[in-house]
Amino acid sequence: MSSGIETFYDVMRRHGISRRSFMAFCGLTTAAMGLGPTFVPRIARAMETKPRIPVIWLHGLECTCCTESFIRSAHPLVKDVVLSMISLDYDDTIMAAAGHQAEEILDEIRETHKGNYILAVEGNPPLRDGGVYCLPGGRPFVDRLKEMASDAQAVIAWGSCASWGCVQAAKPNPTQATPVHEVVTDKPVIKVPGCPPIAEVMTAVVTYILTFERLPELDRHGRPKMFYSQRIHDKCYRRPHFDAGQFVEEWDDEGARKGYCLYKVGCKGPTTYNACSTVRWNEGVSFPIQSGHGCIGCSEKDFWDMGPFYSRLSSVQPFPIEGNADAIGGTVAAVAGGAVVAHAAASAVKHAADKRDIKNERQARADQNTNG
Amino acid sequence: MTPPPPGSEVHAADVTAGDASTSIERTSILVYEGPVRAWHWITALAITTLAVTGYLIANPLPSVTGEASDWYVMGNIRFIHFAAGYVLAIGWLVRIYWAFVGNHHSRQLFKFPFWKKEYWDGVAWEASWYFFYRRWPKKYVGHNPLAQFVMFFVFTLGMFFMIITGFALYAEGTGLDSWQYALFGWVFDIFPNSQAVHTWHHLGMWVFVCYIIIHIYAAVREDIMSRQSMISTMISGERMFKDNRDD
Repeated sequence: MSSGIETFYDVMRRHGISRRSFMAFCGLTTAAMGLGPTFVPRIARAMETKPRIPVIWLHGLECTCCTESFIRSAHPLVKDVVLSMISLDYDDTIMAAAGHQAEEILDEIRETHKGNYILAVEGNPPLRDGGVYCLPGGRPFVDRLKEMASDAQAVIAWGSCASWGCVQAAKPNPTQATPVHEVVTDKPVIKVPGCPPIAEVMTAVVTYILTFERLPELDRHGRPKMFYSQRIHDKCYRRPHFDAGQFVEEWDDEGARKGYCLYKVGCKGPTTYNACSTVRWNEGVSFPIQSGHGCIGCSEKDFWDMGPFYSRLSSVQPFPIEGNADAIGGTVAAVAGGAVVAHAAASAVKHAADKRDIKNERQARADQNTNG
Repeated sequence: MTPPPPGSEVHAADVTAGDASTSIERTSILVYEGPVRAWHWITALAITTLAVTGYLIANPLPSVTGEASDWYVMGNIRFIHFAAGYVLAIGWLVRIYWAFVGNHHSRQLFKFPFWKKEYWDGVAWEASWYFFYRRWPKKYVGHNPLAQFVMFFVFTLGMFFMIITGFALYAEGTGLDSWQYALFGWVFDIFPNSQAVHTWHHLGMWVFVCYIIIHIYAAVREDIMSRQSMISTMISGERMFKDNRDD
């Protein structure tokens, strides 16, 4: 306070969070980010001394499930603290202001914190027909997004919509819904995919950026490695059943009751990078596989076009519904096998005919010689 | 002095006059050097293993009962698949090396004479032989033009595709810090996601199944009907011509 700059800690205290709660938050966040206990005082110190960085939360073409997830962050403390860190001046879903008053706030923050705010984007801009399929505040969302991104420090793409396009980008993508990183190309974009992403993952990503003032380490697709470097399958508690060869074959069979692996009924855990099997959902209560339903791969790009959800093999476009790799490959192999058999039969007939002809020709020549 | 009995120039211990009257002189050329032949059969075994285990990975066997700790069915199938994959990949690397140091036939797999008209004429001619338009095929020391087409576009490119996508999928298990991921992680920049790579890798398996059907059929058929040896060539390395006629 003495320096006149408002720090994270100042903001938290202003929001009525006690010193004790603040330290508990630092401990929780450290654990969530996979850092050792020695980082707790470092995070605390950073939050006490660093000026608060505002976070603007924009909504494009989406369903708001990311926000719904975020405000249900496992520990209420985490939610309170993180929400108080974020500039709640602008978030369509939970802000107090409305109409022109709300829109003005965006411009104001862009001016006052030029190059210093984090832009969190939920949803994506549809580009077809000049972006008219998403018009918050009467303007195409794509314009607002580019404008706000131009003065941001970094952009967080919340959820599968912002990261990959999600269901509104499913074939044939009628509104040309486009992920954020394809529109914002001059700023670092950190992807936090999932439909929605896990609340703890979201709060940890924000906290990491705010406390360390840099993006967490990202993988080749721009996702934070600390949450997206392993598949759900790699840490699934049902993995031993997979390795043993124990599968749910039908939804009402003995295997389903015993909690066997859901691989055969279409679980996309083996091809999905997310932290569901470790962090879990709703205060760590459960996650889809624990509830007996396979993962649908909601944090993966194009998961919406990789169906069906209930079979191991995906349909192959543009073949019919049941056209998976085995159906197509098996058919082609059967045709090839049939063709080979037919060709072999024809070859045998031809070979025999040729042999007979050759013999006859020889005989004719021999006869000619004896006659001549 | 009595003249040598007919057929004695064959110099076989048990040759008869009847045998000798049907004997013909044959030329023989060493085509496939030892390492190429060894690679062929190792690869044949590896591909068979990979196709069977790969199919079972996508379509697992019926569930086993009892404690999970008593079984490792899927684990073993996957281990065999990965081990065979390593054999295939290392074999392929050795085979590529041999293309540099071996005879010129060892390079045929990796070359495609796209711009040579004679080559395409040869393809058309071979196709006409397969469509029964010809009584006799042409003789070739190495692959005939049609075979070269299939070898290059299906086998050689297919091998690269399967090895690269296979190691990319394997890298998912070994992790982002592994050398497999460092070398093959770029595959996931091309395909939208891991599931799509699985689908294409699986389709690739079926391409190889079709390739095997046609490859074995063509080898047997050519061995019987063509003017040169086929199957024994991949065992002895010698291409034997059944006649010395000009085309």
